[in-house]
Amino acid sequence: MIAVLIRDVQLALRAGGGFGLGLAFFLIVMALVPFSIGPDSALLSRIAPGVLWLGALLACLLSLDRILALDWEDGSLDLLATAPIPLEGLVSVKALAHWLTTALPLVLVTPVLGVLLSLPAQGYLWLVISLLVGTPALSVIGTFGAALTVGIKRGGLLLSLLVLPLYVPVLIFGADVARRGAEAQPVQVPLLLLGAITCGTVALLPFASAAVLRVNLR
Amino acid sequence: MPELGKYAAAVLTSYAVSLLLLAGLAAFSLWRARRVRAALRKVEDRARRHG
Amino acid sequence: MASIWEYANPRKFLETSDRVLPGLALLAAILLVVGLVWGFFFTPDDYRQGSTVKIIYLHVPSALIAINGWLMMLVASLIWLIRRHHVSALAARAAAPVGATMTVIALLTGAIWGQPMWGTWWAWDPRLTSFLILFLFYLGYIALWAAIEDDDTAADLTSILCLVGSVFALLSRYAVNFWNQGLHQGASLSMDKADNVANVFYVPLLVCMAGFVMLFLALVLLRTQTEIRARRMRALLARERMS
Repeated sequence: MIAVLIRDVQLALRAGGGFGLGLAFFLIVMALVPFSIGPDSALLSRIAPGVLWLGALLACLLSLDRILALDWEDGSLDLLATAPIPLEGLVSVKALAHWLTTALPLVLVTPVLGVLLSLPAQGYLWLVISLLVGTPALSVIGTFGAALTVGIKRGGLLLSLLVLPLYVPVLIFGADVARRGAEAQPVQVPLLLLGAITCGTVALLPFASAAVLRVNLR
Repeated sequence: MPELGKYAAAVLTSYAVSLLLLAGLAAFSLWRARRVRAALRKVEDRARRHG
Repeated sequence: MASIWEYANPRKFLETSDRVLPGLALLAAILLVVGLVWGFFFTPDDYRQGSTVKIIYLHVPSALIAINGWLMMLVASLIWLIRRHHVSALAARAAAPVGATMTVIALLTGAIWGQPMWGTWWAWDPRLTSFLILFLFYLGYIALWAAIEDDDTAADLTSILCLVGSVFALLSRYAVNFWNQGLHQGASLSMDKADNVANVFYVPLLVCMAGFVMLFLALVLLRTQTEIRARRMRALLARERMS
């Protein structure tokens, strides 16, 4: 399993692996926000936490079809499925690799983008914490979506349609933590609920993803 | 016609929109049912003739 | 006594539903006409809402079907996953567009009612928001069915999506509650509350709800028949190509 993890991370980092595309997308979207709503920094600082969360979520979404589609196309997914590791473990590792190569870099650059959107000083810590707690759920849910659509040609748009409604609870609690952090309000309740969702999805959803993948590999 | 007062437009549009949607759904379901039924009959006949 | 699983046989299902459908459709039509005409022409205006109270006869029943339609799909999906009856999977597929239409009706009538009453077409109220999310789930479910060619694979995948989606729909419901306190009044019909809707409005509303339920059943039966026939046709055509 660790070998699969290392392989996936290396593949993603290699040229053409798509590493950095999500980051660049995130950067561009955040640069476009002031163009679309105006440079008023009071307004920007009010919406910064929510917009940053939305941008991170979309950047995550963008890279989801890479989790399984490439392995499906060249047939290595069949080999991995017959390897002596449980399929549940495989999809968990895939989700972890996606999180390491896509979500973690996003989390690390958000403080920089927060400056662009004039995020209040007390907001940085809670923004990063909420993203750290919430993004694993995004990766796991996204892996489920990728497993659902892996057999479909040009399933990218369908993947977004299926995954976005599933992202709603994570986005609500995550953005709420970031917003309350920025407004210096107590964040404990939404943060705990966000953590609960992450724990629940990480624990349970790999079983659904594996079941779906088994159907698709039949 | 009952006296609907100043909200007549709201009430009438909501009835019109809903009934239109329901009728459309029912009509589409019936149309498709009939089409598929006929197509299946054709295919079944062909299958029977060719054994 | 015949077991309910007999109807898992497509032929038996087609026979029985053919016999039931005309009566069911007639019953639905009668109930809907009676309920809606009664509601529209013969109920007084509410003292606060004026004549907009008449929208309730469409709004509440369609919302009821929108939610319970998804519930029916969930049950049908579970039956498919556990007992592998094709009729069950196809019934879930047949119900989805009906449920989606009902969700649209509930949202539209709600918006039209909200414009004069709340002074806005749309508010990010928990109930409204959850219905919008429910609609997105319906769309995703229908799109997934449409995208996959193999019937059994599609049935399996959509069933699992329906299960996972149900959990997330519930989660969203509570998340949205937490996120914004609402404008929407509580459920207007509940067993334990004294201040339910007044009787003049209540009886025609019940008739309308019964009518919507019958309409849902009739449409789902009809569409399930269509799906069964379409599937059988695909199988026959495939066999033709093979020989």
